[in-house]
Amino acid sequence: MTVTLFIPCFVDALFPRAGISMVQILERLGHQVVCPKTLACCGQPAFNSGYWDEARPIASRTLETLKDAEAVVIGSGSCGAMVKKFYPELFDGTKHAKLAGEVAARTWEFSDFLVNKLEVTDLNARFPARVTFHDGCHGLRELGIKTAPRTLLAGVRDLVLVEMAEAETCCGFGGTFATKFPMISTAMAEVKCASAIETGADYIVSNDSSCLMQIQGLVSRQGGKIKTLHLAEVLAQQ
Amino acid sequence: MSSYATKFSRDARRATRDRRLRETISTALHNYEIARDERQTAFQDWQTARQAAAETKWEALNLLPQHLASFADKLAVRGTKVHWASTAKQACEIIVGIVQIRGARSIVKSKTMTAEEIHLNEALEKVGYEVVETDLGEFIVQLRHEAPFHIVFPSMHLKRGEIKELFQSALGDAPSDNPEELTMVARRALRKKYLAVDVGITGANFAIAETGMVSITENEGNARLTAALPKTMITLLGIEKILPRMSDLALFLPMLATSGAGQPMTGYNTLYGGPRQFGECDGPEEFHVVLLDNRRTELLADPQQRDALHCIRCGACLNVCPIFRNVGGHTYNTTYSGPIGSVITPHFRGLQEWKHLSAASTLCGACSEVCPVKIDLHHHLLHNRRNAAKKKPSGREQFFYDLWTSLVNHPFVWWLGKKTGWLFQPLHKIVRGSPLDPVRAWTKTRDLPPIPRQSFKDWWRKRR
Repeated sequence: MTVTLFIPCFVDALFPRAGISMVQILERLGHQVVCPKTLACCGQPAFNSGYWDEARPIASRTLETLKDAEAVVIGSGSCGAMVKKFYPELFDGTKHAKLAGEVAARTWEFSDFLVNKLEVTDLNARFPARVTFHDGCHGLRELGIKTAPRTLLAGVRDLVLVEMAEAETCCGFGGTFATKFPMISTAMAEVKCASAIETGADYIVSNDSSCLMQIQGLVSRQGGKIKTLHLAEVLAQQ
Repeated sequence: MSSYATKFSRDARRATRDRRLRETISTALHNYEIARDERQTAFQDWQTARQAAAETKWEALNLLPQHLASFADKLAVRGTKVHWASTAKQACEIIVGIVQIRGARSIVKSKTMTAEEIHLNEALEKVGYEVVETDLGEFIVQLRHEAPFHIVFPSMHLKRGEIKELFQSALGDAPSDNPEELTMVARRALRKKYLAVDVGITGANFAIAETGMVSITENEGNARLTAALPKTMITLLGIEKILPRMSDLALFLPMLATSGAGQPMTGYNTLYGGPRQFGECDGPEEFHVVLLDNRRTELLADPQQRDALHCIRCGACLNVCPIFRNVGGHTYNTTYSGPIGSVITPHFRGLQEWKHLSAASTLCGACSEVCPVKIDLHHHLLHNRRNAAKKKPSGREQFFYDLWTSLVNHPFVWWLGKKTGWLFQPLHKIVRGSPLDPVRAWTKTRDLPPIPRQSFKDWWRKRR
């Protein structure tokens, strides 16, 4: 299958290892990966702030790029929710309405694609560490992804998954919210980090780099030892 | 930025620094969550129950005029005086008028958020009446001259030591900080008031259209006394409290108790259908029902957000909201706090003045997930943001997003942006966290990830 891999803007700029790992995994499974040059941002920052007219020029360019894609895989639950769930609403009543629906139907978040489309659960990975998983809110509640990442982690040799009490509690990132209300955002991250540290895990793993940026940002500032890693980076370890 | 928005940010800063407050909220709500989850298992299927409740409320609102007419007519037949108030001011005038005609001296009240919404206590006190809150939590916050902290748990922010001190200074009576003893202190103070009172004011949880009855749910028995002892009973309720049939209570009463407090059923559930009837030995001589609109019909006319009127004020969305849990109820500075408050306050009190509440959310969706009547809360926050930006866009944000579009829509500009970021990274370290730092809002409390030399796209291009 030809997979169009959509590496979101901030993953491209700040977390290239996560994207590279996704390419490696998909190619190892025998799929052809393409990353069109014109894919950069899904338009979520403007959309979530209420600036829908400003979000459309970005989103429509993304849509047109994905027009003929056989399958679209997005390396983020949040951007995945934007394309799958919110594009149809953003383009409702516009000339892109039909295309938005078609692309949404062919779009998958990375872990969801592996488990539910490709039906792969064991990637022959090995990662000797204690890991706790953070559910990104958009992946969890907009796309309903809860078990796929855990199924994949269960297939990793020497990995011990320890659930934290606040696994489903928001990390406090929320895009522009993190800088509009930094005090609330930080307080939420404190709750998240305390819960993760309580498990005694070495790593906080998630399928959303934006959450990990927030969590790692606070852990580093606090001088904590726990590290963050994208799910794809764990799964790519041999 | 509106003055309400400035105050919200200031109070949020103070509340998030108050670790003791955050821990108090977290502990109380953790216990609630355990009880709620346990009670939900008593339903054959909680998700089906939510769907049924949402459909019942949808039906109630869809035929609201007919249901309200039936409710009012059936009440009137049994001698109840039904009043209609379009605004908060009108509702206050109606109630003050009733109290004045009765020549009342003092008034007892059982818990009602609708009265908080119209600032009824202030209206009554202004014309010289003493109003006594009889719900224990409300009684406590009234003694502190505070608004309720939470729509179901008004004094959840207080430790019992603080309540003991309060009772000692306000009532001169507090033998210990034992909850039962403190309750007895309040009971003694309140019983005296009950015996001397002329008018009782209550809220309502549900209004049954089929039978013309008001359903009141409570745990302390204070609402029953408020309804039974005074000669005049006044019930104030929003028009959205309608349920079509009596049998709907079979679902809504346990659902409210489960979502609201993690109880199988609330302690007392009473139906009021009118004043004392001929041959009856108790009940009020006069019964007034005041039905309040206060811009609810405007929300009803909004096809996208009408379901916000489904709300049964259980507080479940507040309890799971990470914003509420970290800033507390008073920071909202509204009658209804938490996600439901952030959704409806802009409708009731002005979108531009209150849009900051819709912005103060990560859109995590925990609220919508638990709402027993399936209000699409977090998407309504998103829609409030869109409506606010459409009606009155911020030039700064518009400029920023236009700039962002030209950055990400042009691969070369995007590449240049990344390289510039990488180059200037060492310089940023010098100003990091200081007032000169352009991203200080982030770096004041958190580190930024390093910008790697090679982006994903660089890697991809190279390997081709």
